[in-house]
Amino acid sequence: MAYQFDFTFIPDYAGMLAQGVAYTVGLTVVGGTLGIGIGIGGAISRLWNVRPFGELYRYYVELFRNTPFLVQLFLIFFGLPSLGIKLEAWQAAILAMVLNLGAYSTEIIRAGLQATPRGQLEAADSLAFTRWQIFLHVMLRPALRKVWPALSSQVVITMLGSSVCSQISTEELTFVANFIQSRNFRAFETYFLTTGMYFALALLIRQTMHLIGRYLIVRRPSR
Amino acid sequence: MSSKRLFRTLALVGAVALGSLAPVVKADVLGNIAKTGTIKIAVPQDFPPFGSVGADMKPSGYDIDVANLIGKELGAKVELVPVSSANRVPFLTTGKVDLVISSMGKNAEREKVIDFSAAYAPFFNGVFGPEDVKAAKVEELAGKTISVTRGSIEDLELSKIAPAGADIKRFEDNNATITAYLSGQTQLIATGNVVAAAVNERSKLRRLSTKFLIKNSPCFVGLAKGETALQAKVNEIIAKAKKSGALNEISQRWLHAALPGDL
Repeated sequence: MAYQFDFTFIPDYAGMLAQGVAYTVGLTVVGGTLGIGIGIGGAISRLWNVRPFGELYRYYVELFRNTPFLVQLFLIFFGLPSLGIKLEAWQAAILAMVLNLGAYSTEIIRAGLQATPRGQLEAADSLAFTRWQIFLHVMLRPALRKVWPALSSQVVITMLGSSVCSQISTEELTFVANFIQSRNFRAFETYFLTTGMYFALALLIRQTMHLIGRYLIVRRPSR
Repeated sequence: MSSKRLFRTLALVGAVALGSLAPVVKADVLGNIAKTGTIKIAVPQDFPPFGSVGADMKPSGYDIDVANLIGKELGAKVELVPVSSANRVPFLTTGKVDLVISSMGKNAEREKVIDFSAAYAPFFNGVFGPEDVKAAKVEELAGKTISVTRGSIEDLELSKIAPAGADIKRFEDNNATITAYLSGQTQLIATGNVVAAAVNERSKLRRLSTKFLIKNSPCFVGLAKGETALQAKVNEIIAKAKKSGALNEISQRWLHAALPGDL
């Protein structure tokens, strides 16, 4: 049986779809920035076993990398109010995304730092670099450069994972798609459109990450 | 053809014609009940709290209590006949039961084939919440958060009437909607009164009380068409039970809420 596509609903919901995209992008930008920040801190703490953060990070990383994102989200949104911590849906969504990405990026960045050749450190030492200069220019930058593709993928995965936040009434792109579908029952067209939008978003984020990497990391340090 | 045979044929045709007319003659159900001393009442068995089969394999619920109440008032022994929502009207129209008490709502299609008594049970979608949150009408939802299941009747109806300032939080399923309310993530919840009763039964976290109705569709007793004597009698019993508080007692027992005054 031939299916009759009907996309005539799009103009009615264009505003909502745009809001949904903006929400998803917002979640990803905030979640990605803070998440990578946590990851850098975690990688340093774990690598040099900074007390007490190294140990704390170890448990945190294990906990968040070995539990489903949806369950983490439910725990924050539905569980924490029992302890008196009541977060809005968007706050819970951001917190869950930051914590989730933070745990993964900790391990990704730690791998990059660990891969610094010993001779490179000794060379820097013999050139009388300060400890801070060694860390920033000889360790962190080259490390980030090595793991940047992996980190970019993780950010894209987190962005796609944000679709799960619709479960706690966060009004991001998937929420909007489900909403439209529950009103017009045009499931195929609605999700067809949403799939395309997510795909475009993923490409956009990968491209943005690529540019950020080029500008912030690969660029030679100024003298 | 002999005249004798013609006469017999005509007699046969006449008898068949008469026979086919016979059902139009009304059977007096009320008189029948008085004569036999029993009344057959169709009740649900798969729709708690209105009617479900308990651990003792006996049906129990709001509808069963009402059936027993009516039987007692009529002085007749009640014979409960379990029905589903699909076959309850045919059971009545074919005379297999005398009354249908099966959380049945009134609509134009049903009114074409059966008659209804006065309403005996509340059934509605509404907004519920704790005692201390004030929301007696839809305008007062402005600035409040309400959880609702996406795409449900409540969602569609509430979305139409809610003021712009109302923050409607839509969840994937009933369970998430209820959890969002119980965990305090939303101030109010929009759902059915039956669901609210079930929540009150199972959780003591945040008691639900009715704020206002979104869509009202109370339950009526169904009767065969044209049984005016029985209809008058049933209406009289329901009116009496409302006055005496017997019906309110049943409502408290099964719905954990007082009978609405306007029922």
